[in-house]
Amino acid sequence: MPSFDVIVIGGGTNGLAAAHRLQKSGRKVLVLEQAQVAGGAAVASEFAPGFRSPGLAHIANMLDARMMAGMDLARHGLNFATTNLSSTALSPTGDHLVLEGAVGANLKGTVPDTERQAWAALRKQLLGFAGVLAPFKQITAPRIAKGVGNDYFKLAKLGLAVRMLGKSDFREFLRMILINVYDVLNDELTDTRLKGLLAFDATLGSWLGPRSPNSLILLLNRLAGEASGQRAALSLPKGGMGAVAAAMVRAAVATGVTLRTGVAVESLIIEDDRAVGVRLVGGEEARAATIVSAINPKTTFLKLVGPRHLDAGFAKRISDQKSRGAAAKLHLALKAAPDFKGADLKSRLVIAPSAEAVELAYNAVKYGEVPKRPVMEIVLPTAFESGFAPDGQHVLSAVVQYAPHAPKAGPAAARAEMLENTLAMIEEHAPGIRALVTHAELLMPYDIEARYGMIGGNWHHGELSVEQMLILRPIAGIAQYATPIDGLWLAGAGCHPGGGISGAAGINAAERILKEVRA
Amino acid sequence: MKADPKLDYRTPLRQTPFHARTAAANKMNSWGPWGGYTTALEFDDGSMEYTAIRNAASVFDLCPMVKYRISGPDAVAYLNRLMVRDAAKLSVGGVHYTIWCDDAGKIVDDGTLFRLSESEYRICCQERHLPWLTCSAMGYNVQIREETEEIAALSLQGPCTYAVLKAAGFDVTDLKPFRMRVFAFDGGELMISRTGFTGDLGYELWTTPAHALALWDHLFAAGAPWGIRPIGSHALDLARIEAGFIITNMDFVPSHQAVREDRCRSPFELGLDWLIDWDKGHFTGRRALVQEKATGSSEWAMIGIEIEGNVSAEGSLIYHDKKHEVGYITAAAWSPTTKRNIALAHLKRPYQAEKSGNIWVEVYALRELQFHKLMLKATLCERPFFAPGRRRATPPALF
Repeated sequence: MPSFDVIVIGGGTNGLAAAHRLQKSGRKVLVLEQAQVAGGAAVASEFAPGFRSPGLAHIANMLDARMMAGMDLARHGLNFATTNLSSTALSPTGDHLVLEGAVGANLKGTVPDTERQAWAALRKQLLGFAGVLAPFKQITAPRIAKGVGNDYFKLAKLGLAVRMLGKSDFREFLRMILINVYDVLNDELTDTRLKGLLAFDATLGSWLGPRSPNSLILLLNRLAGEASGQRAALSLPKGGMGAVAAAMVRAAVATGVTLRTGVAVESLIIEDDRAVGVRLVGGEEARAATIVSAINPKTTFLKLVGPRHLDAGFAKRISDQKSRGAAAKLHLALKAAPDFKGADLKSRLVIAPSAEAVELAYNAVKYGEVPKRPVMEIVLPTAFESGFAPDGQHVLSAVVQYAPHAPKAGPAAARAEMLENTLAMIEEHAPGIRALVTHAELLMPYDIEARYGMIGGNWHHGELSVEQMLILRPIAGIAQYATPIDGLWLAGAGCHPGGGISGAAGINAAERILKEVRA
Repeated sequence: MKADPKLDYRTPLRQTPFHARTAAANKMNSWGPWGGYTTALEFDDGSMEYTAIRNAASVFDLCPMVKYRISGPDAVAYLNRLMVRDAAKLSVGGVHYTIWCDDAGKIVDDGTLFRLSESEYRICCQERHLPWLTCSAMGYNVQIREETEEIAALSLQGPCTYAVLKAAGFDVTDLKPFRMRVFAFDGGELMISRTGFTGDLGYELWTTPAHALALWDHLFAAGAPWGIRPIGSHALDLARIEAGFIITNMDFVPSHQAVREDRCRSPFELGLDWLIDWDKGHFTGRRALVQEKATGSSEWAMIGIEIEGNVSAEGSLIYHDKKHEVGYITAAAWSPTTKRNIALAHLKRPYQAEKSGNIWVEVYALRELQFHKLMLKATLCERPFFAPGRRRATPPALF
């Protein structure tokens, strides 16, 4: 094999983003991906004959602008079915509430004016907070020590922006930053549909309920995302999330990145306390001066590096990093279009009847149980474009919460129960839909772990929560993408700023490597 | 019958397996707590006890020392990752002194490591470390068991101890320092290691609690002609200061217990860096220590000092040029054997080296209820302060 300057382990979103950036800097980069197709959670798959899922992730709201521009994904075939996806808070009575524009710029439905005003005020405030937090996603987390390469100028600028919110908003920012979303919603709003949807959005992909401390910051994190330059907007890539993966692969390969798929890394080669290469399953070795792991941090350290090359305290801390996933992924093949009591199918359909309902669904997973009434967001890619299913038929893709990652009942029984409860919940909102289902696939957190290597099935590769954010992500001491092993860097979603189809962690890591390592 | 653990509060201190004998011998009724046990500080006359260590044969009950059994196919690899020395170089039947560090390269504890078989070791140390030992075991096929209560151990120290053992029927003629041997005793086993904490000729005797009293009686019967006597912690402390040995939580704070970050010490800062095996592969703290070595970032040095006069200087502060505080003393004594006023001290660098010429110790000497402040000149000196050739002679002299 030819020699490379950099080996990137894991060809997911972050791995490809990092590889592309490093290759562009003049380094020769090799990406090793275990799956047959690179792209990680963005890869689409056929879940039933003739039916294709849009990907594990199905909505793009975090795509990093630096990645979009740097990889020129548009030129490599990435288009959008919509960059302004609305959200519909489904009501079993058909009295739906539609949030149009970025996070409900307009509310459509029966809502009194006072509530519209209250929402407009809260929305403005939350977007303001999200706006000052968003730039933090694009920097390396600072380290609290001297002479460790902190970009103090940039940090000061970002800090100043927070302070410049104004006296009153800054005070509110400090009051609210670590608060729970449930309290905020009840302080400001009355509409149960709206509160349910926001409580759901805040806790999506987390292991928190709306009443859990610090749950608001996850909503702010979500609102700090963007679609086509519009803050907090949602987009659907044309062809599903798989199209993002495909465009990224094309862009990376076009810059000269060497991509090998279907190759699993067994371990790192560590010589003289330095990572010098990787050993593949089957015995083949590849060497490079810089090794970038864009896979799960726990897997990186505990499996590829191994505890023997780590300090005992470090090994313990990384193994204790919280990584519980509670999101299940549902794919339904439907023989006809479902009817959600008249709701527009070209919308994100959210079943979260109230903030309490979200909290109640969360209660079950705390005890390793399946919730009676799960909450979910539904996308029907077939409502936007063809190509996912045979003509006239449909694909329903849903993220369903909360699913236990280690169920007491055992994986098979829990999966069956979760599917039944989920279908019952959908049936309640779309009577007759169960008769349309020709095939159902439900990926529980443990299925997601097995398929995508996300420990605990957590799609952030480690819970995104205050105690595991920024300087504490994935754990304190390695939040700057560098690791205790010289030559080994992290670049995955387990690092700041976390997951979602984004590429931010990969680019941040690449920039840090460019700054710290001479080519 | 096993005691009800709920009633432990009634007897906060346990008794060692030798308690029946130590209690009978403790004429001063002088006791102190040590590692959860009640232990003798002084039996009848501290000076005579110390004299027994240096001139005859002394017996010290070391049951409260914490013991762990490490066994399994990965025992060597595990210990090499845990500790700074190379456990593979320790042959079966051997013992070595070692330390272990946390991630930051600060010392967690020191102790002795006994290699009982190819895959079995015993750690003997001052503090309890089960959480750290088990946490360090991730990824290793080892079993870790605390066996403190399963072992009854005595330290037999002094120039006549070889003769005492010979009279007791244990031939240790060719037993070299830091080696051990197993003997049949009282229907059980007795392991004798040539180790100790006095810097003198001496042995440590390890058996099970069932044979404890028999061992005590046997030793005292055999040792009577040499004036064998039990010693308490005070006498031992004096001897260990002369030997220059440090004690956890007396001369340094274990990093896992330190509340103040600046109390933690690296091997360089305790003068124990000579223990580190840099070539054996990774061990916990290695990267931090490599860095410390490369950048010379060590802040402290542990050194031996000799102080003018004869007033012992425990706990005293050390000054440079009588003005700037540059360190403190953790152990001090007027050494009866060397006739010197000695101390173990932590000195800020570089006052242990190029700036060591103008060092003073501020002593508050209590004289009839009134402190007298003394500023005494101190000079750095080599440890151990007392190192007789007999401690290493093999075979030892038969007095």
